[in-house]
Amino acid sequence: MKNVDYDIVIIGGGPAGLTAGLYAARAKLNGVLIEKLAPGGQVLVTDWVENYPGFPEGISGIDLVGKMADQAKQFGLVIENGEVMSLDLSGPVKQIRLNDRTITAHAIIIASGASPRKLGVPGEDRFYGKGVSSCATCDGPFYRDRAVAAVGGGDTAVQESLFLTRFAKKVYLIHRRDELRATGILRERALANDKLEILWDSVLTRIDGLTNVEKITVKNVKSGETKTIDVDGCFMWIGIRPNAEFLGDEVKRDEFGFVITDSKMETSVPGVYAAGDVRDTPLRQIATAVGDAAIAAFSAEHHISSKQ
Amino acid sequence: MAEGILEIDDSNFDTEVLQADKPVMVDFWAPWCGPCKAIGPMVEELAGAFGDQVKFAKCNVDENPVTPGKYGIRAIPTLIFFKDGNVSEQITGMAAKSKLEDAINKLL
Repeated sequence: MKNVDYDIVIIGGGPAGLTAGLYAARAKLNGVLIEKLAPGGQVLVTDWVENYPGFPEGISGIDLVGKMADQAKQFGLVIENGEVMSLDLSGPVKQIRLNDRTITAHAIIIASGASPRKLGVPGEDRFYGKGVSSCATCDGPFYRDRAVAAVGGGDTAVQESLFLTRFAKKVYLIHRRDELRATGILRERALANDKLEILWDSVLTRIDGLTNVEKITVKNVKSGETKTIDVDGCFMWIGIRPNAEFLGDEVKRDEFGFVITDSKMETSVPGVYAAGDVRDTPLRQIATAVGDAAIAAFSAEHHISSKQ
Repeated sequence: MAEGILEIDDSNFDTEVLQADKPVMVDFWAPWCGPCKAIGPMVEELAGAFGDQVKFAKCNVDENPVTPGKYGIRAIPTLIFFKDGNVSEQITGMAAKSKLEDAINKLL
């Protein structure tokens, strides 16, 4: 039989990938985790995590994923920097094409996560990094005593808008409905915060400025009325899209591109599993990502041992 | 400070970067920025690989407001690649190592 490089290859180093790596390492599988940027994933841009059990005071995103990476490495997980370009899943041995080499494995766990979705309004691309952002912890302090806008109404939008109020003198939260989707405690905090003004039933239609963001145009979807607001920054938290460009048609996905799995986290291709935000799931949290990943690693271990 | 990465500030930016005798990559960062910390090891690896041809520097935007202001930096991490005192490329946000290598290769 021809040599296979690894028992298992884990794609992505956020909470799902790191947890899958921890379980794979403890199962003594020969594995590697491939991360494109830096271990941590979207949690790196989360200033404070207070819904992950075990940290009653809360914990910063970077500290939490740092601990997850340390824990997995302590049991021997190898993390390598690389970008997955495509997969060849036609045979029992899977091929993973990276930017600089191709590796082979008996099983794959796709934990490539998701990225902030774009709204697609004029000015959004032009002013990216010049006022348009999706990372409050990176860019919030640039807006001390300035006015900023934020778009969205879910947990991320509300939590990060609240973080922005620590710096900005005013945060306009633009939300297309008449109530927030965010969880109760965040809704309460948002409504109680003097610096946060929620523009209900409203959508952002354009972003303007000379070299940096200077103003935005907002339309009320009920009255049809539009108005411009002077802001120096505009933060986008309108949801996410899966990081799955490298996946071909073999792995079945839902209408939004998220990977479909069964309860064992197995995809439509035997030996290929998915965990975390990239998966078609009703809730995307650190807590759900690590749960997915534990199941995926356990299922992958069974798949690998059945081949030997 | 990591070996091979020079800490620069508003006072020595001109001499250390703009008048440097080789190309320079400046990593604009701040202690409160998670992604900035996360790309640290990647920048150190690049400094290890290209350190003899390119100067690697980092600038704390909290302590040095003038230089980031001059380059319109409103988001970090931002990496600016300088050649002969001019901006060759500016990359905002986390980027794959291959993208940074491409930017460095353009300086050489």
